[in-house]
Amino acid sequence: MTDWPILSAVTFLPLVGVALLLLTREDSPYGRRNILNVALLTTVFTFVLSLFIWIGFDYSNPGFQMTEKHEWLGTGISYHLGVDGISMLFVILSTFLMPFCVLASWNTIEKRLKAYMIAFLLLEVFMVGVFVSLDIVLFYVFFEAGLIPMFIIIGVWGGKDRVYASYKFFLYTLLGSVLMLLAIMAMYWQAGTTDITELLAYNFPAHMQTWLWLAFFASFAVKMPMWPVHTWLPDAHVQAPTAGSVILAGVLLKLGGYGFIRFSLAMFPLASDYFAPFVFTLSVIAIIYTSLVAMMQDDIKKLIAYSSVAHMGYVTMGIFAANAQGLQGAIFQMLSHGIVSGALFLCVGVVYDRLHTREISAYGGLVNNMPKYAVAFMLFTMANVGLPGTSGFVGEFMTLLGVFRANTWVALFATTGVILSAAYALWLYRRVIFGALEKESLKSLLDLSGREKLLLYPLGILTIFFGVYPSPVFDVTAASVDALLNQYSAALQAAQHSVALLAN
Amino acid sequence: MTADTILASLQLSMPEIILAVGALALLMIGVFSGERSGTTVTGLAVALLIISGLWLVLATGEGQAYGGAFISDPFARFMKVLALIGSITAMVMTVGHARSDQLDRFEFPVLIVLSTLGMLLMISANSLLSLYLALELQSLALYVVAAINRESLRSTEAGLKYFVLGALSSGMLLYGMSLVYGFTGQIGFQEIASALTAEGRSLGLVFGLVFILAGLAFKISAVPFHMWTPDVYEGAPTPVTAFFAAAPKVAAMAMLVRIVIDAFEPVVADWQQVIVFISIASMLLGSFAAIGQKNIKRLMAYSSIGHMGYALVGLAAGSMAGVRGVALYMLIYMVMTLGTFACILAMRRKEGGNVEDINDLAGLSSTNPFMATVLTVLMFSLAGIPPMAGFFAKYFVFMAAIEAHLYALAIIGVLSSVVGAYYYLRVIKVMWFDEPTGEFARTSGELKLVFGLSGLFVLGYILIGGPIGNAAEAAARTFF
Repeated sequence: MTDWPILSAVTFLPLVGVALLLLTREDSPYGRRNILNVALLTTVFTFVLSLFIWIGFDYSNPGFQMTEKHEWLGTGISYHLGVDGISMLFVILSTFLMPFCVLASWNTIEKRLKAYMIAFLLLEVFMVGVFVSLDIVLFYVFFEAGLIPMFIIIGVWGGKDRVYASYKFFLYTLLGSVLMLLAIMAMYWQAGTTDITELLAYNFPAHMQTWLWLAFFASFAVKMPMWPVHTWLPDAHVQAPTAGSVILAGVLLKLGGYGFIRFSLAMFPLASDYFAPFVFTLSVIAIIYTSLVAMMQDDIKKLIAYSSVAHMGYVTMGIFAANAQGLQGAIFQMLSHGIVSGALFLCVGVVYDRLHTREISAYGGLVNNMPKYAVAFMLFTMANVGLPGTSGFVGEFMTLLGVFRANTWVALFATTGVILSAAYALWLYRRVIFGALEKESLKSLLDLSGREKLLLYPLGILTIFFGVYPSPVFDVTAASVDALLNQYSAALQAAQHSVALLAN
Repeated sequence: MTADTILASLQLSMPEIILAVGALALLMIGVFSGERSGTTVTGLAVALLIISGLWLVLATGEGQAYGGAFISDPFARFMKVLALIGSITAMVMTVGHARSDQLDRFEFPVLIVLSTLGMLLMISANSLLSLYLALELQSLALYVVAAINRESLRSTEAGLKYFVLGALSSGMLLYGMSLVYGFTGQIGFQEIASALTAEGRSLGLVFGLVFILAGLAFKISAVPFHMWTPDVYEGAPTPVTAFFAAAPKVAAMAMLVRIVIDAFEPVVADWQQVIVFISIASMLLGSFAAIGQKNIKRLMAYSSIGHMGYALVGLAAGSMAGVRGVALYMLIYMVMTLGTFACILAMRRKEGGNVEDINDLAGLSSTNPFMATVLTVLMFSLAGIPPMAGFFAKYFVFMAAIEAHLYALAIIGVLSSVVGAYYYLRVIKVMWFDEPTGEFARTSGELKLVFGLSGLFVLGYILIGGPIGNAAEAAARTFF
């Protein structure tokens, strides 16, 4: 399996789709259909190909697998790809969500469909590239490049305030990232390499770790997003087209969490330990504050966006709890949130396509004429709340368990977030779905079409499957997470030891 | 001087001699065949520049000539190739515009060739005297070129402004040189360096150094000597602006690098703080002042001020990595600028001729998707967003700054690049998010070729960056 470059193939396969799309003509009679078919086939084929990564994956190997390495650009930068237990499932998540994005845009994108699909396929290249990069400069290139298609997607196909939202999205994330770039350069001069595998083995001096950690934090905290730098997310979500929101919530937010695990925690253990209370504080504020804010929203998408911020609070908390439960839970929570929040945005898309409004007050009583929709929406709402039996529960429970071991008070406050999330999610559900069907505009709405069923049902099945049987995920992540944590605690012990020696 | 050394000197400076003799011959051809010979002379001038470039790459050796006044080394060759490419491209871009901008007289290509000759000599200058003579040859030709459109008030104004301020800066440069000569007794760069020590340097020399740096900062339009840039960029005919923005900057930057790294190497601490200041001021002004601009040529003027600031970040580091960064930066900057100006030249309405407002680009992505895509790629590249070449340009200069522990410079630099991203995004926004207001006339083939190639380079840098980086490294190794 390892003798052919599967990771490069998965990463760059969408470019083939881009090339084919460039050959199609949008104004010809079958143009629209051709574009959609090419995009769908490309994404499905990429997903199927990416499954071979999982099939060939060695569960017992904590290191990087399926690596490829070539000289690139001289001066130490290399084209180095590989996956381990932490990154592999994110690759699958990215390729898995792409066909849904194409399907979600089937009828809704009316203008410049070709450019739209090209932007999405490029986005897929960059997203997958981030997760498989084993060179930190290559990582940065993919990480930043993803801004370009997303900027265009929000700006061209977005809602009314799309220009403001796209600028805010772009500049906010760029501002965070440039500091990380300087940190990357400082790491290069310190360690003499930009290779992630070598950087992971390198012990940075303690004072340097603090600065590097802060620079990486600036980037990932914005991307995640953590309170108080989360304000770009609601704007971007509300203005983005449905598929844009799905990818934003499903994958782009996970880049921050992945970065925290791969770089902050693994490369700067001393600083991570030092700053853990700081992260806990921000996470708890995020969980409680944004849940309260979510409760007060009149816009469905904005509400889900704020709930995303709250859920990412669990992730950051779990990561910096720095124990097996917390870290495994954080990874699981990210994957589960990718599916659940993606599905919730698709659910919003379903009614938005019919009524062209996201105001909560415009809806009510949909259960009467859209029963199948009501069931699907119910399932994902419950998963968002973290009801046992759905995948949302597993992630939240594990992160809370992990943080309980690290700090009981943090766990106590964070747990109130579960109650708050139940409050806003159920209230949203009641206002949209239940009640009498009084509004004239709602009476003629049809239930889920075949395409929409195809969108929501597989996600629903996965939500329940991973809620009941989460071990396929944990099996993949276990070895790598254990190795990371062993190294982490060894570094902390070594530091304590040297402090003790100095004290003597 | 024996006949042998003269012969060797002639051989080393053959590309320059080709240009000098060729320029005079072109002048003759122009004069004898009258007013209508503009196109012929342009064609011949391009051929002349290409021949000179080929000679430079294929047949020029290394060493010093004319008693040490002239030097040919890998760094000079790298920068000369850039300057020649810049001149050739700018000349090609004038073809379609010759008539409307009064550029169809034969003096124009001759002046471009003469100023290019000046640039090559600047890059190879190895003593204060030859540096000054080369600089004046280049500048005098440029003053006339800026004012070439006699019937346009703005063009004349641009030429006059450029001349007055340029003369002032030349004066400062000359004054600085005389101080340096007075306090070291030398005019050759290596001789100056060996006469200097960090401890034994006198205050008068520092004054001389600062005056020289001020004079050269004017030529690369770095803050606080940038005032002429927006007006000259806006006033001069667009093909001329395209020429101004690329090749002369490369030559002046090469000269600045050589003089500080070679001649003032022993007093690094003295010039480093000046360069750091100029660099920070240029980056900040370049990004903040551009925000309010409506005219795309003025926008590019402020953008070029900012970019010179970024290039100077590498020079401030004063290391091998830094000079490599500068060389690479100038290469990538030149390609991006020429591509952008090709797009600006293509902004021509079917009726009403050329337009220069950013808002005239509205909806370009639906009326001319190819040009819109290229311009978008170039804008993202100018903003320094990966995977475009502009990112790697910034990457290598900031890398050098971090190595030299210039953290404040690096942090201010990257933050101002975020501010700068805002106005590049505005151009993209106008092209993609706004509704079209009108179509442009068909783009001529040569402009399409120029911006197509530059877009291809900017995107393809991730594939071809290795050999280019090696060439820049070889150029930088000259000094270390």
